[in-house]
Amino acid sequence: MPNSKPKVVEKSTPGKTANISFEQPAEEILHVILKGAWTINAQLPPADEVEKRLVATGGVRRIGFKTDGISDWDSALLTFLLKVADVCSKRDIDFEKNGLPEGVARLLALATAVAERKGARKKTVREPFLNRVGESAIGWWLSINETLAFVGEAAIALLKFAAGKASFRRQDLVLFIQQCGADALPIVTLISLLVGLILAFVGAVQLMMFGAQLYVANLVGISMVRVMGAVMAGIVMAGRTGAAFAAQLGTMQVNEEIDALKTMGISPMEFLVLPRMLALVLMMPLLCIYADLMGVLGGLIVGVGMLDIGLIQYINQTRAALNISFFLIGIIQAGIFGVLVALAGCLRGMQCGRSASAVGQATTSAVVTSIVAIIVATGIVTVVCNVLGI
Amino acid sequence: MADNKPHIIVKDLTMAFGSFVVQRNLSFTINRSDIFIIMGGSGCGKSTLMRHMIGLIRPAKGQIFYENVSFWEANPDQRDRIIRKVGVLYQSGALWSSMTLAENIALPLQQYTNLKPGQIKELVALKLALVGLAGFDDYYPSEISGGMQKRAGLARAMAMDPEILFFDEPSAGLDPISARLLDDLILELRESLGATVVIVTHELASIFTIGNNSVFIDADAKTMIAQGDPKKLLAESKNPVVHKFLTRGEG
Ligand SMILES: Nc1ncnc2c1ncn2[C@@H]1O[C@H](COP(=O)(O)OP(=O)(O)O)[C@@H](O)[C@H]1O
Ligand SMILES: [Mg+2]
Repeated sequence: MPNSKPKVVEKSTPGKTANISFEQPAEEILHVILKGAWTINAQLPPADEVEKRLVATGGVRRIGFKTDGISDWDSALLTFLLKVADVCSKRDIDFEKNGLPEGVARLLALATAVAERKGARKKTVREPFLNRVGESAIGWWLSINETLAFVGEAAIALLKFAAGKASFRRQDLVLFIQQCGADALPIVTLISLLVGLILAFVGAVQLMMFGAQLYVANLVGISMVRVMGAVMAGIVMAGRTGAAFAAQLGTMQVNEEIDALKTMGISPMEFLVLPRMLALVLMMPLLCIYADLMGVLGGLIVGVGMLDIGLIQYINQTRAALNISFFLIGIIQAGIFGVLVALAGCLRGMQCGRSASAVGQATTSAVVTSIVAIIVATGIVTVVCNVLGI
Repeated sequence: MADNKPHIIVKDLTMAFGSFVVQRNLSFTINRSDIFIIMGGSGCGKSTLMRHMIGLIRPAKGQIFYENVSFWEANPDQRDRIIRKVGVLYQSGALWSSMTLAENIALPLQQYTNLKPGQIKELVALKLALVGLAGFDDYYPSEISGGMQKRAGLARAMAMDPEILFFDEPSAGLDPISARLLDDLILELRESLGATVVIVTHELASIFTIGNNSVFIDADAKTMIAQGDPKKLLAESKNPVVHKFLTRGEG
């Protein structure tokens, strides 16, 4: 329940009260006399008054109403009467509507016109523990299946694209390239520059103890170019673009837009997922190179500004530390991250349920999946490179 | 039933998005307990007019009076009070997708009253029963059909026992029988609650069976070109556009 109520709340006005009393002209007839304001903001008598009375007297076969004293009524009166009607039907007592105000009688008829559909009501049964374990295991297995199927379909779409047969709109691709490329530059600049600075700071403190502060250039250069550039670009893109993909596709799912594509014979995989994936895979290596540069620049600022290393000296030291294979490893990783982020974003978007909160979940889950995938992939690449001795 | 006290008065209203004028010089009066129809071709500004009347869009010019209070000149408190006497059924249902039907209907009750959860539950059950959805309390909007969503939207619009009900194309997308039932329901609600009902529609069947007053707005003229009881309009209107519309182009 919302805890911050708006200013204007209708308190139950003390002046407004509803009254109930009874009269019994004959053994089997009970007249319920209703008086006052029967509205939701009035003080209503307890609902089981009538039932209590029935229990107390017994033998009543017919209930009628006298409502001349009612000054005002709304849904509150209806819910009250529905309860009385319910009690009556349980005890097999006639419920006479003639004494009720005309509108009330009509609404009551309307409310009882359509009987509750059998089996419509949802039952909340608490499953036994083992059932729940089993179900979540099956769910887990199904989601792995789904993910694999999605990856497979994406691969097929990619092959079709390579064969020049994939159908998507070229202007979409251009738009996505702009969104994942140029539009991401400011945030990538900020993050990579800061990471370069931080690496240099932390490294400098240690290296100065040996008087080897020049090697800050090696530290920053190698770690940025080999891993951190790609990882930072990847994480920025996961938060920025992966989330956007999931939200876009999720909203399309909610609006049945994806169904509309399917029924037109257009594969959502080619039309929606492929251009997004291509755009990210094309832009990630470029973003990675840019992030590398920014990181090195960050290191250079610390090196030249704080450690009194000459500008040329720092640059030469960096160049000597790097080689082409480091650079390639970084770029290839960035490409892999691009695939992962795009897949995670699109997968979660396509799996989205049909509600606003499902879109939220899809977005969150896309970001989490992307980041986990990026870290795991980095681990694998690092180990593989180590084994291969690169 | 219809005592002829004005309930809503629209005076010299001009609606525009930026420099694009949708309609100008709209003036009409909706009386208490009227079933008032806003009609006109697609895209002429019916929904936009409704959104002006329920306080979602500020008029470019003109006023909207609720019982002599000019809505857009009133202070926020007054506006709040007016708006709470209004129930709206949106064109697409607009149920909150992440809440169950019961939660959808309960939300305004929780916000604006001090009722106990048990009482709210009873009221919710009543509203659902009134629209023929008894027992569907725990369903999410995505789990029920379009027609049921419309009816659930109606139940939500009625949650606070409003004095004025607005409907945007209530029967669009419904089968003829459901559409007819919805019309009956609207009539029944008007009869029993005495509510004023404003309906945006171009269903001729509904227009003639339930409407007792109307305004016809036209996209080309960019203003209203007829008003009054739709049955009278059909019989008497000399305007070819109105006549064509009300006879489905059969002249
Ligand atoms: N938010 C908006 N911004 C700009 N133009 C709009 C907007 N909403 C509606 N319009 C325009 O206003 C006109 C009337 O729209 P609308 O009221 O939805 O028509 P209808 O009578 O079918 O309900 C249309 O021409 C539409 O293009
Ligand atoms: Mg409309």
